Amino acid sequence: MSYDQAMQESIRKVEQTRSARMKEEFPLLSAEEKKELLTTFHPDFKEGSMRPLVIGPNKGDRVPNELAALLEAPSRVQPSALDLTRPDYDVDVLVIGGGGARTAAALLAQEHGANVLIVTKLRWGDANTMMAQGGIQAADKEGDSPARHYLDVVGGGQFANIPSLVRALVTDAPSVIKWLEDLGAMLDKKVDGTMVSIHGGGTSFPRMHSARDYSGMEIMRTIRDEARNRSIPCLEFKPAVELILDDQGQCAGAVLFDLETEEFSIVRAKTTIIATGGMGRLHVQGFPTTNHYGATADGLVMAYRAGAKLLYMDTVQYHPTGVAYPEQIVGQLVTEKVRGLGAQLVNAEGHRFVFELETRDAVSAAIIRECVQRNLGVTTPTGMRGVWLDSPMIDILRGPGTIQKALPAMYRQYKRFGIDMSQEPILVYPTQHYQNGGVAINEWGETEIPNLFVAGEASGGVHGRNRLMGNSLLDILVFGRRAGIRAALKAKEVTLGKLSLDHVEKHNAAVASIKEPHADFAPMLLPDYAEAHTKQRRLGGVVTV
Amino acid sequence: MAVEEQRDMVSVYIMGKRHLVPKGLTIQKAMEYAGYRLIRGCGCRGGFCGACGTVYRVAGDYKIKVGLACQTVVEDDMYLTQIPFYPAVKALYDIEAMSPTAEALVSTYPELMRCLQCNSCRKVCPQEIEVMQAMAAAQRGDIAKVADLTFDCLACGLCVSRCPAEMVQYNISILARRLFGRHLAPKAEHLARRLEEIEAGAFDQEIEELMSAPLERLRTAYAAREIVPEEAELVSIKTDED
Repeated sequence: MSYDQAMQESIRKVEQTRSARMKEEFPLLSAEEKKELLTTFHPDFKEGSMRPLVIGPNKGDRVPNELAALLEAPSRVQPSALDLTRPDYDVDVLVIGGGGARTAAALLAQEHGANVLIVTKLRWGDANTMMAQGGIQAADKEGDSPARHYLDVVGGGQFANIPSLVRALVTDAPSVIKWLEDLGAMLDKKVDGTMVSIHGGGTSFPRMHSARDYSGMEIMRTIRDEARNRSIPCLEFKPAVELILDDQGQCAGAVLFDLETEEFSIVRAKTTIIATGGMGRLHVQGFPTTNHYGATADGLVMAYRAGAKLLYMDTVQYHPTGVAYPEQIVGQLVTEKVRGLGAQLVNAEGHRFVFELETRDAVSAAIIRECVQRNLGVTTPTGMRGVWLDSPMIDILRGPGTIQKALPAMYRQYKRFGIDMSQEPILVYPTQHYQNGGVAINEWGETEIPNLFVAGEASGGVHGRNRLMGNSLLDILVFGRRAGIRAALKAKEVTLGKLSLDHVEKHNAAVASIKEPHADFAPMLLPDYAEAHTKQRRLGGVVTV
Repeated sequence: MAVEEQRDMVSVYIMGKRHLVPKGLTIQKAMEYAGYRLIRGCGCRGGFCGACGTVYRVAGDYKIKVGLACQTVVEDDMYLTQIPFYPAVKALYDIEAMSPTAEALVSTYPELMRCLQCNSCRKVCPQEIEVMQAMAAAQRGDIAKVADLTFDCLACGLCVSRCPAEMVQYNISILARRLFGRHLAPKAEHLARRLEEIEAGAFDQEIEELMSAPLERLRTAYAAREIVPEEAELVSIKTDED
């Protein structure tokens, strides 16, 4: 499954320009140039791709059409059919989610004396955390500082970040790395123990720590193993589908739905932490995604109905380098570490068009400009367009074997489809990657709803309007740990009233009267990738193909 | 279905049931094309989570083949089933209190010594990990070698399903990796120093100034910030004799 003839001709041009390019300095965009590039080519600015919400705390705010359709869909739950007076589970802290934020939260909540229950949609670890390749930022080296990290974060976030959240992120970062080191996570180190760290897009200091290119997987499996050792109970294939409030408007637990037996059950909890991740599987504007199967914005939907305010939902992060070829893995992640290690982005003629370590929003917009406006992209046999990521440069720059050693997952992914990325460049195009915004929180993960916490990608404000590489793995651990601690302490002083789903009744009534298009129900839980004719047959329709 | 479309179709037998699916799809997408709504056996869809371990034979060939459903392309006359779950032994332990020795591994997972060196584990590993060699290293107490060899393990469990010694290789491996990371890897001294500085409040004032700075001042500081270059070498951790 190697490249066709037209692609190979373009590769020859890439090879011809390589030695000259490797000596070339490409200028950074000025603030004005970046603004112009984003407003013209970033997908967030595409006409008709967003609509204002008509109900709820963010009424009037524009969000992607695909998200609006879920936020304004009816519930999966019929409140009158459930008996809330007899909970199936009664705990101090309920943690909802599958990944790193929820595992960190559960560990710290238990350490602080809470009786914890975890619930998740698929298996423990089925989450974007597992797929994060590149690394985790922390200012822990001489010459770097948390203040320097702070400035990088807010500059990358278009200065829209919530300052207290950024302070928590950058100040806790070294202690998170220490926590991982103590738990036995195998972070890349030199023989003297010094952490190996490189640059990512928008960093002013090489502070990206990694575990080869399985950084998220190594973090996830280590903290999951620790939580299993501590016997924290976890219900799998049993996602939360609605939050439960009490008669004073405090969060008081959740309704669960078993994906296999299709039963509903009730959890009463003194505090609840949503750590359900983002919305990649909504495929905003039809983009492919790097995200996990379960990234369907469930936490946003539940929190919004309960009255929580969302921040910056009009900004979606497209990762600049999603796979554009081969077809079988289109949209999957090509980690930013490939550019961090020195690979350049070049067009069909073999020329650079952007500095590779600009922030992600800018690099994505530049690739789209190259393909759509300048028509200098490479077209694949199935009609997909992309630009080259000149991966063979890495071994030239850093010595033969670097790719196999530092990027084993990437190397294997391409090798499975007959491409040796240490010898040939790879074709990339932006792919939906991250939800920059989310539920508004304070520096302890608390929302405006008493006893409801949110941590990780489901929250908003930490990254402003654009997240930097390596700050997501950091975010989930910093705010997962913080929310876990605070939720455990808070649970000691909470008294719950009568449990209620009145907010769901009200939501269903409000939805019934709106004209805007919306889904049949939400949360979505899992995307449905069946063909149209299959969906039609499921309804008993006549197939006329 | 149009006739010309059928020319590009292949037959796959999902748990014995025949479906016509387009050539070139991954097993996972082929199952969805055939109408399956996946709950088990589907996770990251990108080759990292180990949810979609799949076993198959192709008609006319006795060999058992394996792959991740999200990374393996369908073949004509492929007979497949997923193994989304396989029972596994997971010991409970306190990593901090353990020593990085063969005794620790063997007393935690005594079945480690039952390895027959049949290499079935290696043959079914979709990551092509030298599982048997790693288990031999574990028996010897060469924790660093186990950690290095098994680093790319997804814990899909296919090795566990084939092991005649009834071992759970991926759980033995994660114990070895955590013992390595906790007890054998050298500590980062710069990290410990930075934690002391943070504890002493060394950066508080600078951060507070940034938090309260007017937007224009922040923009100027951001545009003017120095970009510190990376050191030239990239030396990964030494986990092995090589």
